Amino acid sequence: MTIQTTLGSTPLNRRNFLVGTAAATGGFSLAFSFPYAPAMAAEVQEINAWVVIKPDDTVVIRIARSEMGQGTLTGLAQMVVEELECDWKKVTTEYPTPGENVKRGRVWKNFSTGGSRGIRESNQYVREGGAAARLMLVAAAAAEWNVPVAECTAANSVVTHSSGKTLTYGHLASAAAKLEPPKEIPLKDPKDWKLIGKPIHRLDTMDKLTGKQMYGIDVKLPGMLTATVKACPVNGGKLKSFDAAKVEKMPGVKKVVSIDGNAVVVVADTYWNARTALAALPIEWDVGKSGSVQQSDVTAMLKDGLGATEAYIGNKVGDAAGAIAGAAKKVEATYAYPWQNHAPMEPLNAAALYTPDKLEVWCGTQNGEAALAAAAEAAELPVAKCDVYKMMLGGGFGRRGRADYVRQAVLVAKQMPGVPIKLIWSREEDMQHGSYHPTTMCKLTGGLDKDGNLVGLHMRISGQSILASLAPQSLQNGMDPATFQGMLPSGPEGTYSYNVPNLLIDHAMRNPHLTAGFWRGVNLNQNTVYMESFMDELAEAAGKDPLEFRMKLMKPKNAAALKAACDRAGYGKPLPEGHFHGIAQVMGFGSYVAGVAEVSVSKDGVLKIHKITAATDPGYAVNPWLIERQVAGSFVYGLSAALYGEITVKDGVVEQTNFDSYNVMRMDEMPEVDTVVAASGGFWGGVGEPTIAVAAASVLNGIYKATGKRVRELPLMNNELKKGA
Amino acid sequence: MPVLNINGQSVDAKADPRTPLLWVLRDTLGMTGTKYGCGIAQCGACTVHIDGVPTRSCQVPLNSVGGRKITTIEGIADGDKLNKIQQAWLELDVPQCGYCQSGMIMAATALLAAKPNPTDADIDAAMTNICRCGTYKQIREAIHAAAKA
Repeated sequence: MTIQTTLGSTPLNRRNFLVGTAAATGGFSLAFSFPYAPAMAAEVQEINAWVVIKPDDTVVIRIARSEMGQGTLTGLAQMVVEELECDWKKVTTEYPTPGENVKRGRVWKNFSTGGSRGIRESNQYVREGGAAARLMLVAAAAAEWNVPVAECTAANSVVTHSSGKTLTYGHLASAAAKLEPPKEIPLKDPKDWKLIGKPIHRLDTMDKLTGKQMYGIDVKLPGMLTATVKACPVNGGKLKSFDAAKVEKMPGVKKVVSIDGNAVVVVADTYWNARTALAALPIEWDVGKSGSVQQSDVTAMLKDGLGATEAYIGNKVGDAAGAIAGAAKKVEATYAYPWQNHAPMEPLNAAALYTPDKLEVWCGTQNGEAALAAAAEAAELPVAKCDVYKMMLGGGFGRRGRADYVRQAVLVAKQMPGVPIKLIWSREEDMQHGSYHPTTMCKLTGGLDKDGNLVGLHMRISGQSILASLAPQSLQNGMDPATFQGMLPSGPEGTYSYNVPNLLIDHAMRNPHLTAGFWRGVNLNQNTVYMESFMDELAEAAGKDPLEFRMKLMKPKNAAALKAACDRAGYGKPLPEGHFHGIAQVMGFGSYVAGVAEVSVSKDGVLKIHKITAATDPGYAVNPWLIERQVAGSFVYGLSAALYGEITVKDGVVEQTNFDSYNVMRMDEMPEVDTVVAASGGFWGGVGEPTIAVAAASVLNGIYKATGKRVRELPLMNNELKKGA
Repeated sequence: MPVLNINGQSVDAKADPRTPLLWVLRDTLGMTGTKYGCGIAQCGACTVHIDGVPTRSCQVPLNSVGGRKITTIEGIADGDKLNKIQQAWLELDVPQCGYCQSGMIMAATALLAAKPNPTDADIDAAMTNICRCGTYKQIREAIHAAAKA
């Protein structure tokens, strides 16, 4: 694959650079420079909300979504530049602030960065932003030359007249900015794309190699203090009392405060001093009724839902119960999926500077506007007096879509007006106060006719709803439609893959006390494990090969993705001795994905995942170079969860505290990954999340072939894979 | 006040002698390229070199490093010239979120110094840092590419 070269670094919005980077570059002085260098300085021309052009032809593309590693900064810039026709080598990016978005009538629309929505939901309006700017630049050139617009063309940051004369975008920017925006904004035919679809280097790599990249945790403001927090170990519990006098004289300690009646915060000169004092602080908690919850209670709660008569119906075709009752053969299996933590590498943090007239927040967030709303609410200030400066995220995976840590930072800052406070969570706090991948169980019942055809299928999901935890106002008559991701009758979030004549997919909601959250891949993860494992179980009962069995039932695009992965992996062809292929597929986040895992299990029960071949059809593939990285990364996230990911509770408290008790995959376990980007065109799907779902499911199906053991409860580490055990 | 040798410079570090080097670097000296990820030497985001040995600085108290040669992510390039590992990382676009990459680059730089042509097994043994974005595939490719460069 050829890679187009481009800038290695991305000058981010200057507002984010709070402190001179002399220290970061090897010097040792803490030089301060104040935040906020206005984006629209005199010599810089904003053509429209998305495009700023400087006299030296540098183009600043505004990006509303947050970069957290997925590459959206680069992908979205490609989309704008495709239509803008500027020189890619002159492109930089910046984030508008959520406060500016509110002030300008949400001109940048949605800031929320989750659900693999960056490109699939904003492709139209960001391309229109680029196209509108180009039309204005061309119009400005035509006006300067006094020639018809139709005689001018734009390419590579230059407008050229049919006579051969040229003007640069930098020269034209000032005049173009004064023009009325065009009303008609035609977009290119996809066949004419020059940048979309090309494997192009990221815009944000360079500073990540030298230590210069600033994350939220690196924010330094003049006079800033650092705080760290401990919330009631039992979710929902309260703070009873704490003895601040015991730690107030410890080195560096400035203040000990409570927030929200459920957490204590030590504010100190450094993180280490804050942490040391917090560890020494005597605290009494009122753990409340959840303080007696054991993991066995959670399991019992979920099991109860498996047979409950009341359930929300997510997908229904024909009469599943009747078809199963009349079937020649009935197959039934129950599966379980645990809580899992996001554990992004950068622990949660936010810095806040509060005065009675103004609140400023610096943080990594997946949803700038939600962070702004949470900050304003915590500060009890109008939104117009608040703003959030988005920093690079050291991972998000859904966790940074929730603004609990932002609220906490503001509540602390509010108790120390005029003093910038950076609140940093310890890893232990992150493990024990997550917004966990929801825990569910699932009972699947299928009926086969005498020829092995699937005539009826009932999927009963029991367990936790994310919306009930985070956004109960979004429930639909009590139902959480997101629970059925990948199992829905229609829609981009996850249409069910199979044509089953009699189908019932329903959900008995059971919400234990831990907060559930959007965890990369969301409900597609467990639903795919359930459905794709069971498809293999049905295939076996029908005496058919898993691929053959599926193909008969599958919808065309799903089938195409699975076939692409199987063809590439050589499914059905001989493998090395002791190696086996497991397959899985699903549709979610607007894309069709499939995986073929090649696994072996030693006679001692040691699993080795040799290779995963993946196919992904996101419709249009904006940057295959980055898609390959998202797919490989998805497998690390998905396999970490499948192998080790498990949060459990004892006396209501999360038992895992750090990476020693919450293990994740390392380099030595990384399988070879081969990615087929099978973009079929005509639609825009996400790539950051869907492929995660096929990691666990394909591996589990491979394990069954290798061992005859059907793993129905994750994580794998709790299962003995040794033959005969 | 302990005097540290960091990236070839002598630096005064005013902090409690038991403070982990990680926090001396980040909070006392403002060198934020070295990252906090777990605080218990599991994730490797805080990896620095101490006398050339890749070391998790969250477990190294300030009073144990006086006079020893400390190298951080800020000190491995030669001015604007990236080292071989950084260059390979750039060419392969290894980082995603990038937060673990300081530690990864420090670990890989030490590996290449010790074993100029590492095998996959050498890489597995040396690169035990955690990346949640899942850049392991590109890290392996980049180490091999740097070895050939």
